[in-house]
Amino acid sequence: MMKDITMGQYYPEKSILHDLDPRMKIVLLFFYMILIFFVKTFYGFLFIAIITYLMIKGSHLPVRLFLKSLRPVLVIISFTLFLHAFFTKGGEVLLALGPVTVESAGLVTGLFMTLRLMILVITTSLLTLTTSPIALTDGIEYLLSPLKKVGVPAHELAMMMTISLRFIPILILESDKIMKAQLARGADFNRGNVVERARNMVPLIVPLFVSAFRRADELATAMEARGYRGGEGRTRLNILRLSPRDFHALTFVALVFVLVLATGL
Amino acid sequence: MLLQVKNLTHIYMPGSPYEHRALYNVNLEVHQGDFLGLIGRTGSGKTTLVQHLNGLLKPTQGTVLFKDRDLYGEQKVDWREIRQKIGLVFQYPEEQLFGETVFEDVAFGPRKLGLGEEMVQLRVKKALEMVNLDYNNFKGRSPFNLSRGEMRRVAMAGVLSMEPEILVMDEPSSGLDPRGRKMLLEQVKQFHRQSGITVIFVSHNMEEVALLANRLAVMEGGQIVLEGSPREVFTEAEKLISIGLGIPQVTRLMLELKNKGKQVKADIFSVEEARREIIKLFEEKQGDRS
Repeated sequence: MMKDITMGQYYPEKSILHDLDPRMKIVLLFFYMILIFFVKTFYGFLFIAIITYLMIKGSHLPVRLFLKSLRPVLVIISFTLFLHAFFTKGGEVLLALGPVTVESAGLVTGLFMTLRLMILVITTSLLTLTTSPIALTDGIEYLLSPLKKVGVPAHELAMMMTISLRFIPILILESDKIMKAQLARGADFNRGNVVERARNMVPLIVPLFVSAFRRADELATAMEARGYRGGEGRTRLNILRLSPRDFHALTFVALVFVLVLATGL
Repeated sequence: MLLQVKNLTHIYMPGSPYEHRALYNVNLEVHQGDFLGLIGRTGSGKTTLVQHLNGLLKPTQGTVLFKDRDLYGEQKVDWREIRQKIGLVFQYPEEQLFGETVFEDVAFGPRKLGLGEEMVQLRVKKALEMVNLDYNNFKGRSPFNLSRGEMRRVAMAGVLSMEPEILVMDEPSSGLDPRGRKMLLEQVKQFHRQSGITVIFVSHNMEEVALLANRLAVMEGGQIVLEGSPREVFTEAEKLISIGLGIPQVTRLMLELKNKGKQVKADIFSVEEARREIIKLFEEKQGDRS
């Protein structure tokens, strides 16, 4: 019923991209995104598309996963294209329906924007698909740690992220179980108008909250029992270390960056 | 035939890397008035099987017949009706409680059946009595302030109040202390005898099932590997032990005694029976001497 939710969609596989340091991946993704907004020509997009495709190949993951990641943003993408096509003016008039016109400049900006959004989404999933949630939060914590000096609780934020990511599958399983149990008692979640439906959710929501609070309580006790006292002076089991392949990746992205800027693609 | 499971196969998440075949070609028959014990280790497919009995899971292959009606055939089935007739108590049912009061929670099922308020009250009262909770004492209390054993009994009453013809209980005694477990088993036995309701009792504990069930089905790796009366099933002691289930300790003791050449019955499941049998043996011996 709710198994289709892809959050923390890590897909284990053996590849260079999986082995990269999460901090490096986050930083490189950030620069790659900036780069996408510098690209202004069709050749530029062709180049970026080829590079992105090479990275997908390098991740050893099935291409359909990336196409699937585009599905939720399809509406936004087509809306962008539609808006630009009709409301950005300039260039030749391609289509005229009375006062409404589609002009070439609008179509081109629209297409560029669409391509940008698609590549953005694909590269972001490239990060989340090849990085386990734990590694991802570790990387985020490390990158945020300079901000500790100005009072940002980097460790606490990362811990919260880790815990909530860990709880998602548990809560999905739990709600599936409670839903089945209430169905067995004659509940019906798909009948009636909006108000009735909302009321029908009570037998699902109440036990779910009760168990979520109980779990949170137990987790807090378990963490305290193991002497957890926040990030201060805490050491790690897996220390993040940059390896040569991380610098190779950095060189690769830097090259692409320079190439695009230098040739004015 | 009340309930018949035919060639049932269930595969979780087919076509994904997490594909898992939980049931394979399961056949099972349940007769009116049966007390069927469904035993197996964790992960043997017990829960998956019972969720097919009232449409909470759909079979990959095979079907279930309820009173010769095909539940997964061409004809559409009104699941609400089936779920009223085949009541299913989940494992740890106390985790589904949501009502403000015990009464509200137990009344959920009967209200969903569209019964009048007077009838609902009658049903709740009867159901709470079946699980040995005093109606006047408990009806106004919050289910969240009860002990775990009491919560579980309230949840069971929530299913019993729908007056099912078959009551399926998924590991009803897990997580209870020995006393709570004994009390629960006594109650189940009692209302099985009194109301003649057909019971399917899922468990991984041989001791408790042996005392209650008139038929046993043993599951392993998604299949039913042994089936029959407790006597028949326990003769396969070695097979049961190799599965990791074993036989009740008293039965094992009696089997050992028999193997040592003592004249005792080996098909004994309760300590009381064993006591009588051993005393009988001693008395016979003394009779021989004198």
